[in-house]
Amino acid sequence: MNKMETMIGAKALMTAMEKEGVKQVFGLPGGSNLPMYDEFSRCNIRHILARHEQSASHMADGFGRVSRKPGVCFATSGPGATNILTGIATAQADSSPMIAVTGQVPVAMIGKDAFQESDIIGMANPVVKYAYQPRTAAEIPEVIRKGFYIAETGRPGPVLIDIPKDVQQNEAEMIFPDEFKIQGYHPWTDPDIIAVEKAIDMLLHAQKPVILAGGGTIISSAFAELQSIAETLVLPVVTTFKGKGAFPENHPLCLGSIGMHGRAEANKIMAEADCVLAIGTRFSDRSVGTFETFEKGLKIIHMDVDPAEIGKNQTAQLAVVGDVRANLRIMVKLLLQKSLKKSDDSTWIKHVRETRSYWKENLKIHPGEMGAAKILRKLRELLPKESVITTEVGQHQMWASLFYDVIQPGTFFSSTGLGTMGWGFPAAIGAKVARPDVPVVDIAGDGSFAMTENSLATAVLEDIPVIVFVLNNATLGMVAQWQRTFYDRRMIGVDQKSCPDYVKLAESYGAQGLRAQSMDELDKAIKTALSSDVATVIDIPIDPEEDVLPFVAPGTSLSDMVLPS
Amino acid sequence: MWAILSLLVENKPGILFKITHLFRARNFNIDSISVGITDNPDYSRMTITTFGDEKQIAQIVKQLDKMIDTVEVKQLDEHETLFRELSLFKIKLSNANDSMEVNKITNAYGGKVHNVRKDSMMIELTATPDQTNAFEELVKPFGIIDVARTGVAALQRSEQ
Repeated sequence: MNKMETMIGAKALMTAMEKEGVKQVFGLPGGSNLPMYDEFSRCNIRHILARHEQSASHMADGFGRVSRKPGVCFATSGPGATNILTGIATAQADSSPMIAVTGQVPVAMIGKDAFQESDIIGMANPVVKYAYQPRTAAEIPEVIRKGFYIAETGRPGPVLIDIPKDVQQNEAEMIFPDEFKIQGYHPWTDPDIIAVEKAIDMLLHAQKPVILAGGGTIISSAFAELQSIAETLVLPVVTTFKGKGAFPENHPLCLGSIGMHGRAEANKIMAEADCVLAIGTRFSDRSVGTFETFEKGLKIIHMDVDPAEIGKNQTAQLAVVGDVRANLRIMVKLLLQKSLKKSDDSTWIKHVRETRSYWKENLKIHPGEMGAAKILRKLRELLPKESVITTEVGQHQMWASLFYDVIQPGTFFSSTGLGTMGWGFPAAIGAKVARPDVPVVDIAGDGSFAMTENSLATAVLEDIPVIVFVLNNATLGMVAQWQRTFYDRRMIGVDQKSCPDYVKLAESYGAQGLRAQSMDELDKAIKTALSSDVATVIDIPIDPEEDVLPFVAPGTSLSDMVLPS
Repeated sequence: MWAILSLLVENKPGILFKITHLFRARNFNIDSISVGITDNPDYSRMTITTFGDEKQIAQIVKQLDKMIDTVEVKQLDEHETLFRELSLFKIKLSNANDSMEVNKITNAYGGKVHNVRKDSMMIELTATPDQTNAFEELVKPFGIIDVARTGVAALQRSEQ
């Protein structure tokens, strides 16, 4: 039994978070969370001030994805709370562990349309893994304990904790429990040996087997297991975009990401396969194209920690429910025991190798000096392999998928599910807090970066030196590409007219602003950024007409991929 | 396919909202829903009837099961389940014979007669939704002033 301590709710919140190992909170203060903010003066948790609550939530998200521990963000009631909704929804769509703590108007004022009151519990319900609103101070320790447990176990996700101001202020006898029970929550994590045995059997009997590694592979860090299985059974590995970098992209068995802007070799091999070991993926429409075509003639072994994903988008011939890493470990063990090894000169694997090397050499890229492929390959060449990448959302993101090879698994993060523009930069700040020892680069476009660019203040003032790598086509490029492709070049609402000047903008925040208009300048800029201890924006003007190709148009299948001509 | 789902949920504010929200967000349909407290006041029993093909129903069950506030989610086999709904009908009486006729129909369906007035009467009926629909068809010619149906409550007959 833990001893009781008398304290106010806000102190209980901070104490409980310290017990969870929280070292920093990303946030913004306001009227309804002042008691929590006051506690920062009396505890060891660092506060990192964001300039917008949405950015604070993305910072927490970035921290959570990299450290695999929930990132914490604070916001006040009303608009503060609604501002973090986008960040919560982003975390939910990508299964990222997060604790969002909002202030709320005092209990007696709830429902009275009070100043800065919003029913954030009601609004956030469909985009949280769970939400709590403690109505008495004494509930806080257990709520925090449970909230962290829910956020980081099973399929991770965001938990919202909405605390009325009087609950923060009231004193109570606090018990910080070690043990607790959540009756309706049983993350299904144990491996399923029988299913794994069947999976091996299916893979061995397939003519054209492939591994599709999704985001769950990265969340459970099943990198070594994945590699061991792929090498033992000589299986080609494709990934979803969220699973990018689950497997080293310079590995001879790796074909890269499939999907709407997947690599040609990955889409081709995926479309030809007759059996897939799908690991930690929800078969998003962006990854697989039309559901009916994808599953046609394909035997699916679906491995996932979330049983509700089985059969949701694709019919699985075999479900392997449980923690992905635990199941893959069993698979490694069984393969070792049975000393199962497949030859690497089958017709299929020869074909895979040929396809891979053909597209590595023959994919047409932009002919100009400053084409996206060349720029991103230069970045790859100069970055240490352990560097962490985040991206914004748009053309640059898809170019990163196509042309930036992730070598060290688990070092690439993007808003893949919700597709939140403005995510990459604040997420990079969160990532850098989690991994201060490695370079962190946000691969950005000018449109996306504009959405949360004021996080430069956070990066500079809090001394979190990340690099923003802006492929600047002065355009909302992906929308422009669709307007060129599907709307007969009627370009509406996409021209950003090179406003603002990102070098001057960076400088105005006290950050370093560099412009690279040639490969030489780019080389220098990247090296300068890497050796600087201040946040750096590298502005790289590119051709606004450059398309992202290959392209699988919406409503078509991977085999309908449009290639650059 | 019509399905009866039985949910044991924590008896806390906001649960009904979350359950119905899930149906809306996932594009499922609620045919009827009934909620009541169980012998243990910490829990409520929700009975939801819904339509969908086998895959959709399986997906609804999984999504409900995934919710942290649901303690148990079961799809009940119609043939192994006692399921009933309570309905109240207010029926128009136009001539002297009407009351007798409605009485007859009501007796045949095991209903109870309430509140007989000169120009209307009320019927309480506990039956399956199909029986209730059939009853409704039979009394429709007299003129139905109002109907209130509770939705299905259901329990599995066997122990399992």
